[in-house]
Amino acid sequence: MKEELQELYKYRELLFMIAYRDIKVRYKQSVMGFMWAILMPIIIVSAGVVVRYAYALSAHKPLDVADIASVAVKSIPWAFLVSSLRFGCNSLILSNKDLVTKIYFPKEIFPLAAVLSSFFDFLVASIALSLFLLGIHVGASAALIWVPLLLMVMIVMIAGVNMVAAAASLFFRDVKYIVEVMLTFGIFFTPVFYDSSMLGDKGKWLMLNPVSPLLEGLSDCVVRHQAPNLVWLAYSCVFAFVVCTGGYIFFKYLEPAFAESI
Amino acid sequence: MSDIALQMDHVYKKFRKGEIFDSLRDLIPALSGRIFRQQEISGNDSREFWALYDVSFEVRRGEAFGIVGHNGAGKSTALKILSRIMKPTKGQMIVNGRLSALIEVTAGFHQDLTGRENIFLNGTILGMSKREIASKLDQIIAFSGLESFIDTPVKRYSSGMYARLGFSVAAHVDPEVLIVDEVLSVGDYVFQQRCMERMRSVINSGTTVLFVSHNLKAVTELCQRAMLLDHGKAVMIGPTDSVVRRYLNDALKPNVEENKALYISAVRVRDRSGEQSKFESGQTAWVDVEVTALQPVESLAIVLWFADETQYIIFDTSTERLGRTPFSLQAGESYRSTFELSLNMAHGTFHVCAAVYRYDVQKEYDRKAPAATVFVGSNMAVRGAVNCFPKIVEAGNIVPDHSYECKV
Repeated sequence: MKEELQELYKYRELLFMIAYRDIKVRYKQSVMGFMWAILMPIIIVSAGVVVRYAYALSAHKPLDVADIASVAVKSIPWAFLVSSLRFGCNSLILSNKDLVTKIYFPKEIFPLAAVLSSFFDFLVASIALSLFLLGIHVGASAALIWVPLLLMVMIVMIAGVNMVAAAASLFFRDVKYIVEVMLTFGIFFTPVFYDSSMLGDKGKWLMLNPVSPLLEGLSDCVVRHQAPNLVWLAYSCVFAFVVCTGGYIFFKYLEPAFAESI
Repeated sequence: MSDIALQMDHVYKKFRKGEIFDSLRDLIPALSGRIFRQQEISGNDSREFWALYDVSFEVRRGEAFGIVGHNGAGKSTALKILSRIMKPTKGQMIVNGRLSALIEVTAGFHQDLTGRENIFLNGTILGMSKREIASKLDQIIAFSGLESFIDTPVKRYSSGMYARLGFSVAAHVDPEVLIVDEVLSVGDYVFQQRCMERMRSVINSGTTVLFVSHNLKAVTELCQRAMLLDHGKAVMIGPTDSVVRRYLNDALKPNVEENKALYISAVRVRDRSGEQSKFESGQTAWVDVEVTALQPVESLAIVLWFADETQYIIFDTSTERLGRTPFSLQAGESYRSTFELSLNMAHGTFHVCAAVYRYDVQKEYDRKAPAATVFVGSNMAVRGAVNCFPKIVEAGNIVPDHSYECKV
């Protein structure tokens, strides 16, 4: 395990190179590139606003600016998760098939690079989001210091899931369809368009989804200017650590069989 | 530091021919079926085969070692195991030093990126650092000869340019152990010569090289020792010359098909004293071609030709063209014709090929290409395909004759 991590460190330049390649290729067709980074989040945010508007109508309450801001703040990390997993699933079998069978290097670079390049899209979208939040006068506070930690936990978690998904889809070609279905319906089991508090007591069941505390945490510290719920955050941290370590071990266990199974 | 750069110690590699399950949709019913019916899935041995079976060899530091064998003999599997892309089923292997594999030099290319961007990408994939690539960038571009296209996306390259760029990056990795698989066959003649030149200088600089190729001339030229693989087994390890000869002999074993009307039963190359495969340039050789008929056939001719390692036919003749009347055979009868030839080739390896042909209906009955191999040596200062036996008959200073110079 230690040797493998050292080797990954040795190949860190390649990790950035592959991520850079993916970004470059995506943005080379500049229209498509910015569509990925901006248009996708805009669509998700608009969908969230529609849902929020429907809630407000049926509850006979006015639609708050803070609610819209909260939907936007949660949608964009969700879009990051979706795009990471989507690229991650295909990272070994589609885009880099030749490299997997022909050249030796630590192959976890591919799912990890998928996370990195999606994170770049996330950063581009975040700039747009910040401007939007400034525009609707959300304001800033000391609670923003939680943001890097929350994002880091999220990256670690996605990286772990991505390694599992990438390795599994190499052996079973229907894994990516399963992942696709989970991503499509996952948004209903995650507080993206709504808040867990809207479910009342049962909201805590929703928080068992390890992504929920992170999204709620982001919304708390960016929009509501308060610290996230530390108990749930700790839960997500532990989950992220376990899934990342487990995912790495799983990936490394299967890696020697990649070249002959693809 | 140990003297051994590469070592394989009783390596086995097993493959399964068919993929049994490659989707969960198939796997889950099969697994549950197994639980309920207590079936064994592992018992089916006919699906498995050994790509490598008990292969052991070692390559000393600074040595160039070749692997030859027909398609599917396990050469690429051996290389993939050495470059750690695959794990052996059983056995150990040792690699001492930074290893680089030129197995698929264009694997890392991305179509949409320019040549320059791909140099960085592919260089990193092959294990170079960014700084290292930047310092060698000009050298790499110059080697590829693609200066004017270097900022064009590689999807607009011709396949030759594509491969040249790939090799140019790979040739500048500077490993301690280099594994080369059939990459020298890229590009045009000039580029191939440049690659061979590069390989020679890599070997001379003390790099350990493991070389796999169907280009036997290149193997013979570059490697001191070689291994012959056949169906996953190491049949022979020794000096390249004898390994290559053994490989050619094995490949030429007679192979009689039932439905053939006749077959070429023997092709022998002789000199004055008997069967021989080594000749001096210009020496006389006799080639016997024997034909055995299984069914009655008539008006036949024997065609004899020589091809170089690239299968290019350098010489071709036939009994018909030499003025012999066509012959006929009854079932079970044999026929021999002996050709006398003077081997006016320059230095090289040449394949002797023969066929039985019926000119009036233009039908070929049997063909052996190659049927035998001759090594022609020459101590004369000639290069090229043929030996024209040059001599200097006059040399010295002269007074130029300007009388037929063009007047403007």
